[in-house]
Amino acid sequence: MATVQVSEAEKVYILHGIRDDLRVDGRGCEDYRHMEVETDVVSNTDGSAKVTLGHTAVLVGIKAEIGKPRPLIPNEGYLEFFVDCSANATPEFEGRGGEELGTELSNILYKVFNNEHSLDLRSLCISPGEHCWVLYVDVLLLQCDGNLYDAISIAIKAALFNTKIPRVHISSDDEGGKEIELSDDPYDCMRVDVENVPCIVTLCKIGHRHVVDATLQEKACSVASLIISVTHKGVITCTRKVGRGSLDPESICEMTEAGRRVGKALHSPLMKLLQQEESLGKKRQKVGFLG
Amino acid sequence: MAVDMRLPTVIKAMSLSVSAADRKDMVVPGDVITSDTGFMRGHGTYVDEDKLTASVAGEVQRVDKLICVRPLKTRFNGEVGDVVVGRITEVQQKRWKVETNSRLDSVLLLSSVNLPGGELRRRSAEDELTMREYLQEGDLISAEVQSVFSDGALSLHTRSLKYGKLGQGVLVQLSPSLIKRQKTHFHNLPCGASIILGNNGFVWLYPTPGQQEEEAGGFYTSLEPVSLSDREVISRLRNCLLALAAHKVLLYDTSVLYCYESSLQHQNQNRLHWPTWCLQGNGLVLHARSVQTLKVNR
Repeated sequence: MATVQVSEAEKVYILHGIRDDLRVDGRGCEDYRHMEVETDVVSNTDGSAKVTLGHTAVLVGIKAEIGKPRPLIPNEGYLEFFVDCSANATPEFEGRGGEELGTELSNILYKVFNNEHSLDLRSLCISPGEHCWVLYVDVLLLQCDGNLYDAISIAIKAALFNTKIPRVHISSDDEGGKEIELSDDPYDCMRVDVENVPCIVTLCKIGHRHVVDATLQEKACSVASLIISVTHKGVITCTRKVGRGSLDPESICEMTEAGRRVGKALHSPLMKLLQQEESLGKKRQKVGFLG
Repeated sequence: MAVDMRLPTVIKAMSLSVSAADRKDMVVPGDVITSDTGFMRGHGTYVDEDKLTASVAGEVQRVDKLICVRPLKTRFNGEVGDVVVGRITEVQQKRWKVETNSRLDSVLLLSSVNLPGGELRRRSAEDELTMREYLQEGDLISAEVQSVFSDGALSLHTRSLKYGKLGQGVLVQLSPSLIKRQKTHFHNLPCGASIILGNNGFVWLYPTPGQQEEEAGGFYTSLEPVSLSDREVISRLRNCLLALAAHKVLLYDTSVLYCYESSLQHQNQNRLHWPTWCLQGNGLVLHARSVQTLKVNR
């Protein structure tokens, strides 16, 4: 992650501010920065979304391909994640610098999204044991200003909502093998049900309190963070602690409760926004990257 | 706890009523400035097939026979006498390296700082060994440019009681071209906070110090908690600065104050909305007000 240097006096200022629930930019401890979500920005993908959270910008593209299902689970499709930390975000990511962060992010994304509780993977199956839909989710980090997990999870949820998978018909051809036909109508597609897809909330422990959506300066003052993925019903699906400091069990309980509250509140504005965007249809003025 | 999610909107370009006489000569890289060979080429230009062409995006400045292009967005090019706010990156033998948003790290020599206690004496070997006790990596300082080395690196000094190590506050990093050159860059704003507008684009906001205890060259930093009202003022000022920078308004004490006063209308019912208000901008109001004052001052 990109790091900034902070002086001791600045750290003290930030710490005291968080203690009084007034952060440097005027937010409270559990407030998010201004977020902008736009879907369907990349034309040659099946679903895409761009999320800007403060100065952090993330682009997600989803492509659906037909592949062979996993041998142990023949009647489900699956997702493949790849996170690319581009040097656009910070010079530290130049060359292979961003690889470590990219693998860490994609491992967590596998844990959070690629299971039957988040997505109905059976709907991605075409014929059990032989063909299934594989969703390749590619995440591109454009700008990095703290709180990557939250931005990535919101972008993935928006991109999955936007994904249109073409409908297929299976017919048996002359030699007894199976033939797959994609329907001719480009608008005949199935959508992915994103109701249970969780959102990730990162809570950083600074001093004796925790903050949601930390900027890079605040991250430099914290020693440990907790990453929680929460569904719209408030069910916690995955927890992970990152950072070189330690957390005592009481603060973990407190942070988990706060994370559940904050995560639950993220889903309804997001779904409302996505539905509003979809209802605009063709009239929507696409902003893209040069807005 | 609040979440503010929106669809992105296209930022409309503002059209200002600027007369043709005031309109400046803007060029982009590759634009031909003149085909007349009688001119001398200055910074930001090059000769391409006998035509003087711009190599940077900015405004053209003509001084007699010299043509140069001053870029709009550039690294800080220091001159002697500029006030800068910088961050210590390295502690070396007898000097500190300071990051000031310029092409090279600036240099702060041990002989250019005030010793604690205000003594004037020759620096000894002991002083060299205790450099880190005074300024460490990551510390912020305010300093003045003493001279410019031949390679373009700046040599700073803090040989006045108003310069030195900075205590608690907030640093905002902006472009150097947005800071207006003025007589003084240290202001105690009437809203309750103080500001240092560094020429290098680094702006430092801090709570106004109470009584002036015996100054030791800006050496002692107070770690007392800052009051909540001061914090609110500083947060609001920070958001105002970012809003002004996003709309490319020249920054000086009056413009920051106008922005602060306009933002007071959006009071605390929903704190989260200050930054969004700021970014969507009362840009037009600010431009109008600042143009008005410039006309008055002429």
